[in-house]
Amino acid sequence: MLAFLTRRTIGAVITLLIIAAATFFLFFAVPADPARLACGKVCPPELLEQARRNLGLDAPVWEQFVAWLAGLVVGRDYEGLGHCPAPCLGYSFVNREPVLETILDRLPLTLSLTFGAAVFFLLFGVGAGVVAALRRGRPLDKIASVASLIGASVQIYFVGTLAMYFLVYQWQILDRPQYIPLTEDPIGWAYGLLLPWLVLSLIFTANYTRITRSTMVEQLSEDFVRTATAKGLPRRTVVTRFALRGTLIPVVTIFGVDLGSLIGGAIITETTFGLQGIGRLALRAVTDSDLPMLMATVLLAAAAIVVFSIIVDILYAVIDPRVRLS
Amino acid sequence: MTTATWTTEPPVRRGPGSFLAVRDLTVEFTTEDGVVRAVDGLSFDLEKGTTLGIVGESGSGKSVTSLSILGLHDPSTTTITGEIWLEDQELVSADRAVMERLRGNRVAMVFQDPLTALSPYHTVGRQIAETYRRHKGGSKREARERAIEMLKRVGIPQPHLRVDDYPHHFSGGMRQRAMIAMALVCDPDLLIADEPTTALDVTVQAQILDLLKELQQQTGMAVILITHDLGVVANTASEVLVMYAGRAVERGTVREVLREPRHPYTWGLLGSMPSLRSPVDVPLRPVRGTPPSLLAPPPGCPFHPRCDYVDVAGRELCTRERPVLTPETGHADACHLAPEDKRRLAPERRTDRKERA
Repeated sequence: MLAFLTRRTIGAVITLLIIAAATFFLFFAVPADPARLACGKVCPPELLEQARRNLGLDAPVWEQFVAWLAGLVVGRDYEGLGHCPAPCLGYSFVNREPVLETILDRLPLTLSLTFGAAVFFLLFGVGAGVVAALRRGRPLDKIASVASLIGASVQIYFVGTLAMYFLVYQWQILDRPQYIPLTEDPIGWAYGLLLPWLVLSLIFTANYTRITRSTMVEQLSEDFVRTATAKGLPRRTVVTRFALRGTLIPVVTIFGVDLGSLIGGAIITETTFGLQGIGRLALRAVTDSDLPMLMATVLLAAAAIVVFSIIVDILYAVIDPRVRLS
Repeated sequence: MTTATWTTEPPVRRGPGSFLAVRDLTVEFTTEDGVVRAVDGLSFDLEKGTTLGIVGESGSGKSVTSLSILGLHDPSTTTITGEIWLEDQELVSADRAVMERLRGNRVAMVFQDPLTALSPYHTVGRQIAETYRRHKGGSKREARERAIEMLKRVGIPQPHLRVDDYPHHFSGGMRQRAMIAMALVCDPDLLIADEPTTALDVTVQAQILDLLKELQQQTGMAVILITHDLGVVANTASEVLVMYAGRAVERGTVREVLREPRHPYTWGLLGSMPSLRSPVDVPLRPVRGTPPSLLAPPPGCPFHPRCDYVDVAGRELCTRERPVLTPETGHADACHLAPEDKRRLAPERRTDRKERA
């Protein structure tokens, strides 16, 4: 286990380094000049030069990358802004705010959105998939298939907008989605995010229903499931303890990927419901050519994926004793 | 549990009061291509302490029959008619709760492939203990003790350690032993072993069969041994039922069927079996042709397209009329050949091989 974790952590660090380097160098391959953006519309050459020096863009690209990396590990000094302790993600090109603070400010919303929606789509998706597999070919199965097809086809900005229009403005059942910290007011937290959770889970649910159903159908025809029935175990036990166990493997796999990518930011959901999470931060960073912010959001998204893939591998071994972590 | 709680209707005794009586069992599967009649009007009896060997090719309905006894077919695609009596409980019409109490308790099953038939997600001990607790109750500790005892009985070394192993830690033969331990944990009255040695090494096969024989002598249970191997039947069973295309074509004691086989299909099975006494350069004689499609079985005797004696018995008769298993008790066969032809032709084939030998 320890050897496994060590090996995977080293692999993760290397992966993240490669992603960071690629992002950094690609940024400079794009013909957008953040100095010009910072300088403003009417920009004499000497002011442009000044802006470039202020943003640290006058050094060669590889030197800038090394400086950025060093900031991450040991901290970094900024002219006029003072020392930025490790892990230093730098200051935003746009508003000169420390990037780390902005990220930490937005992260609770994104985490709340991600895990809240995950509870819904996991319950709905796996539940519907199991029911569909057990009622194969019967009306309930067909309803689940059609529903998951619709769910997979619709877009958040369509359902989300409709839901906002009817539930919030027309019938006034819910308030406008908002983020209230969990620690401040748990009920307000859940109430404020209920609509985004439901809309976000609607799209993900379909995937889980389909995968759960097909794997469950396969598992139900396995010999050991028949053995469990032949032992006289009740149907419920046979389904939950035997058939569902193997079904969890593919579910956990896509769950890890989904959670990882949601933590990287749910851009469309956040935009539709007017929430300020990591997703919109990342989008702004790209449109504003805000290199430090861009690096931070990309790295966060990549780290989330990498971490969840390690967790998924550990879960494999927990679910199936034939899988060994080595 | 008293027998009174088992019955949903007044007990009706069937046959000569046998322990297990199957009467006119028909099993049909609805498939995309049509209705497959996998078992067609099968009847047989079984007494406690005896072993019935059911022999036949793949698709002859052996396994389907055994799964019907435990009610393990998917009810949405399967139609079962006829009767299966376990003492005075009828099983085809029994409801789910009755069957759940019966399975693993009074009737247990050992499957063909222990690699896939044991759950990879649970320890061997847990899988055995689970069956015991389900039917006999008791604490987890008691059930675990019982599992260790059962593992010891089926010859697993260091059972108190192996009880916590997963099936993938076991070899093929040990897995089948564990499977047998699981089947016998509640002291069933009837054990169904569906090709229990087919997936195993030849050397292990004999060990498993000896184990089954020994355990049967200890417990006095009835055993149904499903196999395509007449050699296994000769060593283990007391009675034999030869099945072809979902029907019984010959029935009798092992001695009767192996010494004086009457049905051309049984002759074919015996002829395709290697013998230690025959020389290695004489090729084995397989039964020619392939098993019939159960979607559209041949008219008349289902074996007639593969039978060498159709013209002796009369082509007209064999292609038109389905032979009935006669007589009703004792050594019986379902063939249109005249009794003297059966006697004349059967030894002829046997001497045939001996002469070449």
